[in-house]
This record gives sequence, C-alpha cells and structure tokens, in this order.
Amino acid sequence: MQSSRLWTDSFIDFLVDRDQERCIQCQVCVNQCPYGANIYRAAADIVDSRHENCTGCRRCEAMCPTDCITVRRYPGQFREHGNWTERQVKNLYKQARTGGVLLSSTGAEVDLPIYFDRIVLDACQVTNPPIDPLREPMELRTYIGRKPSSISLSREDGALKLATQIAPQLTCEVPVLFSAMSYGAVNYNFCESLARAAAATGTYWNTGEGGLHRKLYPWQKHTIVQVASGRFGVNKEYLDAAQAIEIKIGQGAKPGIGGHLPGEKVNEDVSETRMIPVGTDALSPAPHHDIYSIEDLRQLIFALKEATDYTKPVFVKIAAVHNSAAIASGITRAGADAIVLDGFRGGSGATPTMIRDNVGVPIELALASVDDLLRAQGIRNEVSLIAGGGIRNSADAVKAIALGADAVYIGTAAKIAVGCTVCQRCYTGKCPWGITTNDPCLSKRLSIEIGTEQLANLVEAWAHEIKEMMGLMGINAIESLRGNRERLRGVGLTDRELNILGIKHAGE
Amino acid sequence: MHRVFPREDQCMACGLCVVACVVEHSQSKDVLLAYRKENPRPGRRNVVEENVGVSLSLQCRHCEDPACVEACVNGALYIQDGVILVNKDHCVACWMCVMACPYGCMHREDRGDRWNSNKCDLCPGRKIPACVEICPNRALVWEER
Repeated sequence: MQSSRLWTDSFIDFLVDRDQERCIQCQVCVNQCPYGANIYRAAADIVDSRHENCTGCRRCEAMCPTDCITVRRYPGQFREHGNWTERQVKNLYKQARTGGVLLSSTGAEVDLPIYFDRIVLDACQVTNPPIDPLREPMELRTYIGRKPSSISLSREDGALKLATQIAPQLTCEVPVLFSAMSYGAVNYNFCESLARAAAATGTYWNTGEGGLHRKLYPWQKHTIVQVASGRFGVNKEYLDAAQAIEIKIGQGAKPGIGGHLPGEKVNEDVSETRMIPVGTDALSPAPHHDIYSIEDLRQLIFALKEATDYTKPVFVKIAAVHNSAAIASGITRAGADAIVLDGFRGGSGATPTMIRDNVGVPIELALASVDDLLRAQGIRNEVSLIAGGGIRNSADAVKAIALGADAVYIGTAAKIAVGCTVCQRCYTGKCPWGITTNDPCLSKRLSIEIGTEQLANLVEAWAHEIKEMMGLMGINAIESLRGNRERLRGVGLTDRELNILGIKHAGE
Repeated sequence: MHRVFPREDQCMACGLCVVACVVEHSQSKDVLLAYRKENPRPGRRNVVEENVGVSLSLQCRHCEDPACVEACVNGALYIQDGVILVNKDHCVACWMCVMACPYGCMHREDRGDRWNSNKCDLCPGRKIPACVEICPNRALVWEER
C-alpha cells in the first residue's frame, strides 16, 4: 500500500496561476480538467487550484472565458547542478516513491542535436532561375512502391506498349502521410479525422496496430493497415480494405520493445476492433514470434502479398538503430515495397522514459546512411523510403526528401494540429484535448468535423510550402528533389557528420 | 424559422454557452462586469444537461404549440414571429411555466427585489445567438429545419 503524502510530493511541476480578480466562478476550468487541478470550493464560492495535479496541458487556460488562468512552471527551484538537474532529481523521487518504470509519451525530449536545424537549403539566383509555383505547374505526386530496374516495351498494332509488369504502387498527391497511431491509443474521433483528412488531400492514414474500426471502412481508399507483433485486428477483410500493408517491426520511440495498451483504454469498441476481451491489457511482444531472420520476414511479406493477391505494396517499418542501413538492405531483398524508418524522436502513446530518451538514432543520420547503402548496392529503386520521427514542418519534410526519402510520416505534428499541447501524458488515458483517450466524455472534445478541417489544412499548407521551396530551388517535380543532397548544406557540423549526411558544409 | 439546435455528439459540457448567454443579456455586455459588478447579475436562460457520458446544451425549443404559454396565468408569455418571449413586468413568478415546460427550458431569475421567469429569446439584434457563436466545438447550430 502506498504511504500517505511524502515530503517529495511538495516539489511539483506546474502552477495554475489564477487571477481571482478576474475569475467569475463559471467552473469551465473545473469541468475541463480531467486531472482535478481546478476545483470549486462551494463553501467559499471560489474556484481554486490544486497545483500538484496539473500536467501543464493548458486546457483550462485555453477555455477560460476571462483569461484569468496562466499555467506556469512552478517557480520553486532546486539548487543548480549540471549533472543533477531538476528532471533527474524528480525522476528519482518518483521511482523511490513508486518502485515503477518511469513512463512518458510523445517523442524523445533530450537535448541532442536536431540535424534538420543545422541543414540549409539552396536557392536559385540569376543563372539558374527559380520557378514560381503560382504560375507554373508543380508536381508533388509520389508513387510509393518497388520500381523496376529496367523496362521493356512491346509493339502492338504499331503502338508501343509497356511489357514490364509494374509492382503495385501507392499514389500520394502530397508526400506527407499520417503515421501509424493505433485505435485504442488514440480514439475513434481522431482516427476518423485522419481518414477524412487523408481522403480530402489525397494522402493516407495508417491504422497502427489497433485494427480498423467498422465505421472507418468507407475511407479504405486512403488507409494503410498495420500488421504488428500482436496481430491485433488482422483478418482478411482488414488486409483487403487497405491500399498498403505495413509490417511493424519497430517504433522510433521504443526500438526493441513492444506496445502496451493499458486495459483501462480497452472499451467495447476497441475490444471488438482489436479482437481482444474488454479491459485486458493489449501487449504486443517485442519481437514478432515468427520473425528471427530476413528469410522469416520474407515469408511474412509474401504471406501478406499472397493473401491480397499481389495487389498492394507491403511496407516494413523499423526504428532507426545503429545498423539500419544493413537491415534496410535485407528488408529490400526480402521483398518489401517500402521501408519506413522511424527516427529517435518518433512519438508514442506510452513508452518507458529511459527508452524514449536513450535508444535509437536521429532520423537524419539513419535516413542518409540507408539511402547511401541502398544506392551503393544498386537496389534503391527496388524500395521506397518513408521517413518519420520528429518531422515538425514542411522544411523538415523537404530536407528529409532531399536526404533520400520518398515521403514522410507525421504523427505528433498531426496531433498538435488538433489541439495537442505536448504535455506528454497520453499514457494516463485522460487526454484533456480528447485525442489519446477513450473516455466518451473526453473524446467528444475532439470534433471530427473540426479535426478533419485542421488536419486537411495542415497538409495543404505543407503542400504549398513544399512547392514554394521546390520552386526556389528550380525544381518542378518532387521526384527531382529525392536524394538531391547537392541542394543541402550543413552549418556547424563536423566532417564526420557531414560525411554521414552526405552533404557539404555551407560555403562549399 | 431559424432555431438553435444542440449536437449531442459534439457537446463537451464546458458551459461556455451559459456564460455567453449571461453576458449577452447583461447591461454592460462585458464578461467581467456582468459577473462581478452588475447587481443583480442577469439570470441564466440555458443549461448544460449532463449525465452518464451524454451532454448537451439546452435552451428553449420555441415550440409551435407551447405548453408554457398556455400555462401562464397572467399572459406574461407570448409568441412574436414564432419566438416565445416573456414580459417580465407581467410575470408574477408563479412558476407554472417552469412546471409545464417539458424540456426544462424555463428558468427562474432573481432580480433582487423580485423574481420572474426567464428564457431564451434567440438573441434579438444578433445575427447568430451568443451561445452558438461561442461554442468551441460547434455543438450548437443556428439553422432552419
């Protein structure tokens, strides 16, 4: 049994600062905070704060009609120490108190270099004029899938005809796809918003390992389904509904460990979709129990292709780790149509903090090395590359494509588009913004109508910006940008880093 | 005729519609003054119903054959262009309308020296009623059905 309040409980994270002069006791903050950080004290007729319950999501601040709340970092400070920072100290307190594994959500938050921020783009001047995307056509369409090494033509009745049979391709109107977020980890409203937005913008959303809810089948033309180690919700109909099938081997936020959906999040609908009993923890194993080699992976890839009559591309998703390049080469040879590389900063609904912040490789480095090796081995055309994990804006997407990706996956960015404030408490299942919760009352906070608009706006805005950036580089088709590292320059990077990224330093 | 309709699947029971309604029907039309300075504070005209995961904002349905008007003993409730209104000077606060309304949309208002019934008037002078405009989740719509 847990003991009562300890001294360490006093060292809290946030302060819900309330200007009582402006508070009208409307209690909107009280009913909007699922953690109980705002309370109404009837005897005194005042709304008061319970600072210790605050997770810093700022929902109350956003909803207050008189702007009387400011959520701030708790001003009390520990004595400065370079090694024993507040975060380290509080983590130790937490573990000493609970004896448990520290949990977090979202991607790694450690202060490692973000290489995207140290890479700049080239622009055309005078001798190689830029293109104005508002006046001239710009091609963002991308085909994800295996491309033939050569093509042969035949002549029929005098007309040339393609004799080579092209492998199935996924046509993306924008090279930005919504990454795998499972139903259960995120709620139905978010899934439908993603599906509708993907349909509206000509891109795709990914079911994650949570199966495809019955009501989401109408958007199957824009759906990628995932087959993960737990095999939740996988059946023939599910595979048939998809436009592509993704085998999930690893996830950037937690390479090498499986998923864990807490039983509290498994309600009737989630249970039906995942095909597991209500209230049971959905634990996906760390490895696929039928994959211990590239040959085993090949068997699963072809089992899925066989099951769907070779009509759709099969992706393999791996976390970016030290040996990604060699692994990617193996995956290509195993017959995958696309490789998804999920970087160090990739998000998650629930991940042990130590794993989130200490395992994996930044996507920029992994992507460049994978693209390099596949090119060196002459098999880059046999597979498409999708990069994910910490893509924050359209410039990151452009840089990722220039480093060698065919398209990018966005997950956290999509959540932020519908309200997420990155409070990193998805694992509690009480998301105050109604995204990572299955509580029916909280879920209603994410309106499918508004969510769809926001997500579609995001993709459209990025499409405009990508076109602008291509235009200024004098490029009119995204295909010409892919792997075009000559248009990138590093700033403040070492020779070794530049070498791995395959780019020159600015000024060269 | 345009009416306010709630969308149960969108309502998150925040109660901002109630705040907006009170402010709209205040003297100052300013949220701080309406709640903190005006005495008596304008009474509420709508309510957020919430139970077992279902929630919706409820205000007068402006029925074609309204039970409240029929129940009013003093002729304080009347219909004007389809909108049911209350003449507060005629209201004797007998609460017959409160008991008669099948939706629970008649409210009691404390005006300091006296009481009277209070109800949604569809915000005369506004293009869209205040509750519809403030709802952050589009859980109220202003339309003709």
